[in-house]
Amino acid sequence: MELISPGDFAKEKVQSVQEYAGIAFRGVANLFSRPRYFGDMTQQADLIGVGSLPIVALTGFFTGAALAQNSASTLQRFGSLSLIGQLVSLGMVRELGPVITGLMVAGRNASGMASEIGSMVVTEQIDAMRALGTDPMKKLVTPRVVSTVFMLFFLTIISDALGFAGGGWVSSVLFGVDSHQYWSTAWQVLVFQDVFMGLAKPVLFGFIISTIGCYYGITARGGTQGVGRATTQAVVASSILIITVDFFVTRLSMTIFGQ
Amino acid sequence: MASPPSVAEQPSKPSRGPASVALDFENVSIGFEDRQILDGISFQLRLGETKAIFGVAGSGKSTILKLALGLLKPDSGRIRLLGEEITQMSEDQLFVLRQRVGIVFQESALFDSLTVRENVAFRLLEEGNLPESEIEERVREALSFVELEHTVDLYPSELSGGMRRRVGIARTIITHPEVLLYDSPTGGLDPVTSNTIIELLVKQRDVYKTSSLLVTHRLQDAFTMGTHYFDKTENKMKPLPPGSRPTVPMRFLILRDGHIIFDGDLEDLRETRDEYIREYIS
Repeated sequence: MELISPGDFAKEKVQSVQEYAGIAFRGVANLFSRPRYFGDMTQQADLIGVGSLPIVALTGFFTGAALAQNSASTLQRFGSLSLIGQLVSLGMVRELGPVITGLMVAGRNASGMASEIGSMVVTEQIDAMRALGTDPMKKLVTPRVVSTVFMLFFLTIISDALGFAGGGWVSSVLFGVDSHQYWSTAWQVLVFQDVFMGLAKPVLFGFIISTIGCYYGITARGGTQGVGRATTQAVVASSILIITVDFFVTRLSMTIFGQ
Repeated sequence: MASPPSVAEQPSKPSRGPASVALDFENVSIGFEDRQILDGISFQLRLGETKAIFGVAGSGKSTILKLALGLLKPDSGRIRLLGEEITQMSEDQLFVLRQRVGIVFQESALFDSLTVRENVAFRLLEEGNLPESEIEERVREALSFVELEHTVDLYPSELSGGMRRRVGIARTIITHPEVLLYDSPTGGLDPVTSNTIIELLVKQRDVYKTSSLLVTHRLQDAFTMGTHYFDKTENKMKPLPPGSRPTVPMRFLILRDGHIIFDGDLEDLRETRDEYIREYIS
């Protein structure tokens, strides 16, 4: 492995952040200038949203089921099994729904974006696009950012709902909790803060997934090996950022709205 | 039989005023990661002229094409394309100017998720102001120029290397650009396919009078272009009459260590006494 001086290392990192910020900014700013690629946005929404639905549904359902199972064994010791609906509801809406859905979509789509755009870079298709008078930022990045933000919002709602269902199934079938009681406590415990936090997170996560995926794709170098590296880095970076941002959004929300 | 383009049609010493220049490099330098690729090079591509650029691998031939189109910015120097200084232009301004220029990439750079039709029509579809019937007609016209009409519904992965290059040429010429840039259009192809592509380039030069920069490793391709003309009546490339000084608008430029060591026509190249060039062309 080649050793580089701390100064060059720092410059490289600052340049990467600058490049990422530029791509993320232009990805959003392009929404306010023509041409707008609605066809590409719809196509990406289908790929990202409909394509991710099976994995999001399955992981959402079983996350709720696992959460109920773990919570039930603890609650049983204190004779508070009736609170299981509240625990599943708060856990899914505030944290697990957005985070698990974000991680699933990051694994599936950040990698897809990085590899697709990366392949276009190394085969000169991006240069060809620029040479043909088309802005790759408008044609490739903006539709992906818009579609990911939009679809992750709805995927998270679906994941939350299926998590409730998974928790309800485990509670009633394995622990004999009345399903009406489960659903009413799960519903009643939610307040504006929980729903706001749970729906603000997918918007941020969608932005992270798409901009990170596109950034690693656009900066891919070094042939197929470089594309492979970009794909891995996109998944790793977006997953870490999702979990980090989740912590800070939760903290910020608690500071604004109280516990 | 149609005669080759006469000296009168293609003046041997055209004026050097800005109006007659398609592309002008003035003292252009660029380097990547501590390595100087081009070191203060200056040359002009005159309107209607084709200039072949030679040089060993890594000598900066493809970099010249990317600089000419504004895909790369020089470290210093000025580049004027169709009379406009492009070195200080923003990407948005360049998008407008690039509509008057075409480039054929080394590996054709076709969009692999689009069909041949969509690839060739890409620029027209992006402009979005033409009816579908006219786009279809122009796609057919461009594909018939490269004799690949039958491939319209295929994907690039279903084409051979030579066919991909020809589709790349069709995609480039569909809007009839004023300047064409070819990056090793025959690299890695068999002699028959190479000859087909060179014939297309000669046709573009002699029929449409398009100014072109041709980067190539294959000397014989450039020599063929310098010694042949396109006969419109017979619709094929033919050699110039023997014994006459070539009259086609074809010049040659040789790069070495970031500098231009030769810029002249075929006769100048044949008569050069420079040892390196003689060894290079032998």
